[in-house]
Amino acid sequence: MSTDLTHSTNRLSPVRDLYDSAAVQVFAKAFGVTILAVVIGCVLFFLLLPTLIVIPMSLSEKDYIEFPTSGLTLKWYRAYFSDPDWMAATWFSLKIALATTATATIMGTMAALAIVRGRLPFSSALQALALGPMIVPHIVLGVALYLVFSPLQLTGNFLGFLIAHTVLATPYVMITVTAALQRFDPALELAALNCGANRLQAFALVVLPNIAPGVAAGAVFAFLASFDEATVAFFISDIGGKSIGRKMFEDIDFNLTPVIAAVSTVLVVISLLLMGAIHLANAQKRG
Amino acid sequence: MSGPSEVLQPTSPHQRRSTAASARFYSRGVSVCLAAPLVVALAIGFVYPVTRLVGLSFEGGSLEQYRRLVAEPLYLGVLASTVKVAFIVTIASLLLGFPVAYLMARLRHGIAMVVAACVFIPLWTSVLVRSYAWVVLLQRNGIVNTLLADAGITDGPMKLIYTQGAVIVAMTHVLMPFMILPIYSTLRTLPPDYNRAARNLGAGAFRAFISITLPLSLPGVFAGSVLCFVLALGFYITPALVGGPGSMLMATLIGQQTTVLLDWPFAAALSTVLLTVTLIFVFLFRKTLSLSKGLHSVH
Repeated sequence: MSTDLTHSTNRLSPVRDLYDSAAVQVFAKAFGVTILAVVIGCVLFFLLLPTLIVIPMSLSEKDYIEFPTSGLTLKWYRAYFSDPDWMAATWFSLKIALATTATATIMGTMAALAIVRGRLPFSSALQALALGPMIVPHIVLGVALYLVFSPLQLTGNFLGFLIAHTVLATPYVMITVTAALQRFDPALELAALNCGANRLQAFALVVLPNIAPGVAAGAVFAFLASFDEATVAFFISDIGGKSIGRKMFEDIDFNLTPVIAAVSTVLVVISLLLMGAIHLANAQKRG
Repeated sequence: MSGPSEVLQPTSPHQRRSTAASARFYSRGVSVCLAAPLVVALAIGFVYPVTRLVGLSFEGGSLEQYRRLVAEPLYLGVLASTVKVAFIVTIASLLLGFPVAYLMARLRHGIAMVVAACVFIPLWTSVLVRSYAWVVLLQRNGIVNTLLADAGITDGPMKLIYTQGAVIVAMTHVLMPFMILPIYSTLRTLPPDYNRAARNLGAGAFRAFISITLPLSLPGVFAGSVLCFVLALGFYITPALVGGPGSMLMATLIGQQTTVLLDWPFAAALSTVLLTVTLIFVFLFRKTLSLSKGLHSVH
C-alpha cells in the first residue's frame, strides 16, 4: 500500500512540474473560470426561466408558447378579470391575506417582544412551537385542519382561513421582529421609561420606530405567506369559498389555459413589487 | 445610527444574545399577556388539529392502520421513494447551488446583485406559479419537447411530465434558493484574507478552496441541506401537479387518500408517519437548522 503511494507520487511529479509552469497555470485558470462561468450561467438560467416564462405566455396570441410570437394580446387578462370564479377567488384570498397580515404582525410582534425582552416561562418551547408550522409538512397541517374545521363549518370560510393562515404566517413575523429587537439597544427603551413614559408610550414612540423595518418586512412575508399559500388552502377550501391558490391548482390540473399564465403574472408582479419595496427600504436605510 | 466600526464588524449572534439577555426587563405578567394571543392561536390552529389527526390514526386504540401500512409493500415503497427523492433533490440543490452562492459572496457588488436577483425572484414567486411553469415546459407538446425535436435529438415527443424525473427537476428548482441562501450567508462572513493567505503559502486555487473555503462553509452547507431535505419530505403542490401515479410520494399519497378514497384514518396514519420522520430529522439536526438564515439574507 505505502510503496504504491510513493510510486504514484513519483510518477506524478513531472505532471506537477508542468502544472507549475506559468503558461499552463494561466491557461488552467482561464479554463477553470470559463467552466465555472458556464455552469453558473446554466444554473441561473434554470432558476429564472420557469419563473419568468409565464410573462410571455400570458401575452401570447396562441394558447401555447411559440418563438417568435405571432402577436401580443391582453385577451387572457381580460378573461381573468371578467371571470366571476377567478374574481371571487382573488377577492377571497385578498381579504384573507390582508386580515392575516394584521393578526400575524400584531401577534408575532407581541410574542417576539415577550421572548426577547420578557421573562417568559417556557420561552424556548414557545419559540420552537411557533416556528413549528414552518417545519411540519403543510399537507399534514392541511389534513388536520380540515378534520377539525369540517364539522364546525369552518371550511371555505373566512374565519377558518384566518386561523390557519395566521398560524402559518406568524413565524415569518417572529423571525424578522426578533432580529430587529436584538439589534435595537434596550437602554433606549429604559431611558424612555425613566423619563416618565409609560410602557405603551415607550413602545409606540421609541421601540416601534426603531424596529419598524423588521415589522414591515414581517408584514410583507405574512401577506405573501397567506396569499401564495396553496397546500393548506387546498384542503380548507370548498365550493362556497375558494382561495386563488386552490382555484389555480384545480385549473392547472384540469383546465390548462393561458388564463393561468395571466393570473401567474399578476401574482409574480405583486410578489416582486412587495419584496422589491422591502429590499429598497432596507438599502435606503443602510445607504 | 451605528458607527462605522459597527458596520465593518457586525456583532456576532452570540454577542447580540448576551446584550438581549441583560435587557429582559418586562415582568413575567406582561410577558405572558404579550405571548397569550399567539399561544391561543397556536393551540386552536396547530396543536389541537395535529393532535386530533394523530389520535384518529389510533382510532379505537388499535394499530390497524399501521398494520395495513406495513403489510402493503406499495406504501413502504412510497415512503422509501419519498426519502430517496428528498435526498436526490438535496444533493442536486447543493451541487448546483454552491457555485452560485460562492459567486454571490465573492463578486463585485453590481454583478452580485444581478446573481442575487436570479435567486430571489424564484424564491418570491408562488410555488404554484413555478409548478405551473414546469407543467407547461415539460408537457407533451411543451417547450422542452419541441426544442429537443427541432434540434433532431428526439424523433417525437417524449414522456417528460408525470414522471419521477420531472418531480425531481421541478422540486430542485423550487428548493434551490433555500440551499443557496444559508451557504451564501456563511461564505459572506469569511474574510477573503484566509483564501489569499493560503494562496500566498503556495496553494493552488483548487487546493485553497478544498482546504480553506469549503470546510469553513460547512455550517451553511449543513443548514441548507437540512432545510432542503425537510421541505422536500413534505412537499405537496409540485409533486401533485408535475408527478403522476408512478411517482407517488408520501404527501401525494396522503392527498389521494383524503380527496379520492376518503380513507381518513389511513390518511391520518400516513400523516403521522410523515410527521414523525420529519420531526426525528429536525430533532437530530436541530443544531444546524437555522430557519432565520434564509430570511436574514433578505435584509
